[in-house]
Amino acid sequence: MNDLKDRIKQTIESEDVVLFMKGTPERVFCGNSARALDALRGVGAPVTAVDVLPDPRIRQELSALSNWPTIPQVFVRGELLGGADIVEELAATGELREKLDAALSDGWSSAPREERVIDLAGRPTRFPLVP
Amino acid sequence: MVGRLEELLRAAFPDATELSVLDRTGGGDHFHVTVASPRFADLSLLDQHRLVYDALAEPLADGTIHELRMTTRGAP
Repeated sequence: MNDLKDRIKQTIESEDVVLFMKGTPERVFCGNSARALDALRGVGAPVTAVDVLPDPRIRQELSALSNWPTIPQVFVRGELLGGADIVEELAATGELREKLDAALSDGWSSAPREERVIDLAGRPTRFPLVP
Repeated sequence: MVGRLEELLRAAFPDATELSVLDRTGGGDHFHVTVASPRFADLSLLDQHRLVYDALAEPLADGTIHELRMTTRGAP
C-alpha cells in the first residue's frame, strides 16, 4: 500500500487538467514550470497545480507512474500530455485547445478561469487561487 | 558536457538529419537539444520526447542535466 502513489493517481484521474510543477502558480520556482503554466493559462485551462518540491517522493512516484523523467508534467483527464516543450508547442499550433475541447466538458473555455493547488505532501486541502 | 550529450544522441539517432545540443546558460547543466529524425515521422510529440529522454537517461538520472528543453521533428 503506497499512500502517496494513490493520492497522485487519484489526483491525475479526478482532475481535468493537472500540472505537476516546482512551486505553485503564485510562486513558480522553475522556468519550465512557468512555461507550462503560461501555456495552459493562455488557453484558459482550468489548472490544478501540484507542487512537487515539498516532498521529493512526489516526484519519484510521479515519474515512476508516468514514465516521464522531468518536471513539469501536464495531465489532461488522466492522460499525460507532456512537459513544458510539448504543452508550449501544442499551445502555439492551437492543438492544446483542440485537445482540451475533446477531453473536457463543453463550455470549459467560457467557464470562469479556475486555478487551485492540491498539496500532496501534507494538508489535503484545496484553496482557490483565482486572481 | 555538450559533447557527451551529442554522443549519446548520435548513438540513439544515427539517422538524424539535424542534431544539436545547446548549453543555454553556459553552466553545463541547462540544455536545449534539437533532433530531427525520420524515426519521429509517425510518432506523437510525447513519444518523440520519450525517445530523447531514453537516449539521455543516464545524464538525467545522475543529475548532470538540471534542465532540459527539446525540439524534435520528423525528418527532413
